[in-house]
Amino acid sequence: MIDIIQQYWKAFLWTDGYHLSGLAVTMWLLVVSIAFGFCASIPLAIARVSRSKWLSRPVWLFSYVFRGTPLYIQLLFFYTGMYSLDIVRDVDILNHFFREGYNCTILAFGLNTCAYTTEIFAGAIKATPYGEIEAGRAYGMNKFTLYRRVIIPSALRRALPAYSNEVILMLHATTVAFTATVPDILKVARDVNAATYDSFDAFGLAALIYLCITFILVALFRKAESKWLAHLRPMKT
Amino acid sequence: MFLDGFGPIILDGAWVTLELAVMSLLVSFVIGLGGAGAKLSSNPLLKGIATLYTTLIRGVPDLVLMLLIFYSLQIGMNHLTEWQGMEQINLNPFVSGVFTLGFIYGAYFTETFRGAFLSVPKGQIEAGIAYGMSSWQTFSRIQFPQVMRFALPGISNNWQVMLKATALVSIIGLSDVVKASIDAGKSSYKVFFFTVVAGAIYLILTSVSSLVLMWLERRYSTGVREAEL
Repeated sequence: MIDIIQQYWKAFLWTDGYHLSGLAVTMWLLVVSIAFGFCASIPLAIARVSRSKWLSRPVWLFSYVFRGTPLYIQLLFFYTGMYSLDIVRDVDILNHFFREGYNCTILAFGLNTCAYTTEIFAGAIKATPYGEIEAGRAYGMNKFTLYRRVIIPSALRRALPAYSNEVILMLHATTVAFTATVPDILKVARDVNAATYDSFDAFGLAALIYLCITFILVALFRKAESKWLAHLRPMKT
Repeated sequence: MFLDGFGPIILDGAWVTLELAVMSLLVSFVIGLGGAGAKLSSNPLLKGIATLYTTLIRGVPDLVLMLLIFYSLQIGMNHLTEWQGMEQINLNPFVSGVFTLGFIYGAYFTETFRGAFLSVPKGQIEAGIAYGMSSWQTFSRIQFPQVMRFALPGISNNWQVMLKATALVSIIGLSDVVKASIDAGKSSYKVFFFTVVAGAIYLILTSVSSLVLMWLERRYSTGVREAEL
């Protein structure tokens, strides 16, 4: 165990000497895909709860497909599947984009978490107390202002517990990235396993790092909840 | 020809996936019930072990645990057989997949069942004891049927997650639907098409199971009045 830590701690944390690897890559994957999913899911969630079928149905279909299939298959689809198409290889931009494991991974992860986040936010928007919306209308707000000032801030707060769950599930889902040659923590652990045959220590070390990130994320979200959900805390008796 | 002649292989793979998911569901169900019992028991040792189990397992990604358990189990077996002077036993990916998935999702089921046990009103158990029922009778007649009702939403959720997690077992070498479609794609040069086929099979499995679970939920909540808005 100590030998492995001494020899590979740098690879596990940030670099294998040439490229970024390990924890740095995992965190980068997580942050970029979560940020992409968050930004895209707000307009999609608004479309999902819209009364117009032309807006809500396509979003429903998107999230149904992405939530109904495993992320591993989505990654295979974008990484090996897309690149096997002639159109993709013939068009320069597409060829460049889909040749890189990183791009495909981010695309698959971002779309996947976007689908789940859209459902979480749409549920929170639907659960907005009607009085809040009526109050906004009574103040003469137009639809955009109503969303910006009343519905979205309140819905995002109430979605926080479910959203923290999604972020942690996404952290756990980033482990499939190694199948697209992205050197995340698990890829380093697999390399260490192949080099030392010490499977328990190699994967155990990876598990320990993931456990630490999970605990830190849980603590951060607890803090965020006590800050932004203070008005919903049960009264102390 | 049906899927370029790869139809039978892919259907076999889909069957393996389904078997894997159902068997792991059974294993995790049993572990979950036991774990919930341990977590709710008054024995501090049992409680501590169960809490450690659910915290550790739910904090670590399932793929990492799968690789950890699969490789370590094989190496442990090798040491054992070597020590006994026996021939090497190679672990079957299906069996180890079932136990690994069952062990991992058992932690999620433990939490689901714990919550469900806590939702059974205490007065009903007291009423059972007052009728002179033994503790097994109160469990099987009063607690268990209601626990199933309260746990059903959680069980459905865990089942859908577990069904999708079976795709990862192909990474430790099981010939399931993912492996079959990767192989079919490679040998027919239609990687794109066969990835879509694998996705479609999973989509069918999740859609059918969500219909079944919706039916079950309706059935198990007969007699529960819902407030109409």
